[in-house]
Amino acid sequence: MSALSVVAPSLTPLGVPLVELRGVSVKLGGRTVLDRIDLAVRTGERIALVGANGAGKTTLLRALHGLVPMAAGLRMIAADADAPRIAMVFQRPFMLRDSLLANIELGLRLQGRPATERREIAMHALEQVGLAAQAHRPGRALSGGQQQRAALARAWALKPRLLLLDEPTASLDPSAKREVEDLIDGFVAQGITVVMSSHNLGQVKRLSRRVLYLEAGRVLADVDADHFFHGTLPPEAALFLRGELPWV
Amino acid sequence: MTAFFDSLLGILQLVTSGDPKLWKIVGLSLGVSAAACVIATTAGLLLGAAVAVGQFRGRRAVLVLMNTLLALPSVVVGLMVYLLLSRAGPLGSMGILFTPSAMVVAQAILVTPIVAALARQTIEDAMRDHGEQLLSLGASRFACALIIAWDERMVLFTLALVAFGRAVSEVGAVMIVGGNIDGVTRVMTTAIALETSKGDLPLALALGFVLLTVVLLMNALVAVLRDWRARADLRVAAA
Repeated sequence: MSALSVVAPSLTPLGVPLVELRGVSVKLGGRTVLDRIDLAVRTGERIALVGANGAGKTTLLRALHGLVPMAAGLRMIAADADAPRIAMVFQRPFMLRDSLLANIELGLRLQGRPATERREIAMHALEQVGLAAQAHRPGRALSGGQQQRAALARAWALKPRLLLLDEPTASLDPSAKREVEDLIDGFVAQGITVVMSSHNLGQVKRLSRRVLYLEAGRVLADVDADHFFHGTLPPEAALFLRGELPWV
Repeated sequence: MTAFFDSLLGILQLVTSGDPKLWKIVGLSLGVSAAACVIATTAGLLLGAAVAVGQFRGRRAVLVLMNTLLALPSVVVGLMVYLLLSRAGPLGSMGILFTPSAMVVAQAILVTPIVAALARQTIEDAMRDHGEQLLSLGASRFACALIIAWDERMVLFTLALVAFGRAVSEVGAVMIVGGNIDGVTRVMTTAIALETSKGDLPLALALGFVLLTVVLLMNALVAVLRDWRARADLRVAAA
């Protein structure tokens, strides 16, 4: 396995760093899941994390959010990007037994927003994702695609500057996938910086401008999307792209 | 055999006659146990939630202690509370020994570990599955536990009913700290023990019958709530 990482010369920073990881390592259950990661996420970026299962994509997202204890390294966030300004949508969103509206309001309630303001923002968020008509249904009664859209609405309601998406369309049917991708596109258009993990290379091509290839907790390639699909990559990343990465 | 049937007849007469002595004992039993249950549920839930999400040195030892307290003998609780509340004890100045308040304290101490241990397990399991998502929304770990507790409120209500059943059927602790004083601290269990020793089986059996009915109703309510929750979950899954 090559320890070399590739950084494309064409990769140009778009804005100021929102979150920066410097030499971050994460150990879970005695196993090193992230190994000396250096990553700066800047405003306006669309970053995709790719790699085989267990490569560390989800843990990297959690590290960016500050949800996982670091064994080493430093996590820095922009002065105006406090925790609620970073939102994360998980692969299988958790819905409370309460109404969809109450689920959307949850983050706002935790911010201590007044009830009328919460209601207004939550309804607007549901309109954004086309679920306003479902507002009073139990959150758990929604389909998988609807729950994923609801999770996006819940994240959007927090007005995040950085949106972290963990396999946002895994296990969704093609139509639901398309809907979620359109929503992500819409959020990016509103100026929200997005970092997502995905196994769907077509989706990575459609949604990202920068791609990080991870293997065994290390970033082996950090290149722009065009370079990832058409340029020279480390052998492991090239094998992954061709679908020829061996089982380990 | 005749004595047994005579006793059964006596039970029916007592229960249907509206005997004020009987119903006063029943009322005090339910009141004391309900108060103890409210205190134990609140304290147990908060304790269970704190341990479920707490990350502190000695947590494993706390878990072992909590599980050990599940098997706390009621007479031991009674003795401890007696020592605390007796005139020479550290809380003797409160002057509540041999009052219903002392019985509430004893029963609350007895059932709090049950609520705490089961609430901790419920919250910890849910935290493992969903806690990170709540943290990502800006909740503190303790707020996560409370949100999950609210979401699992039917399970926790069931716990409260189980705790009530345990409290109302307890005899050792309330006998020691209440003193079984007629008209003041005499509850169903202590009255049954006393009447049996006196040979007044109809009253003892009548009280036993009422106690069994109360416990049966509690368990029936638990079963109904479980069914209702299961049906509601099925409806949501099918929607």
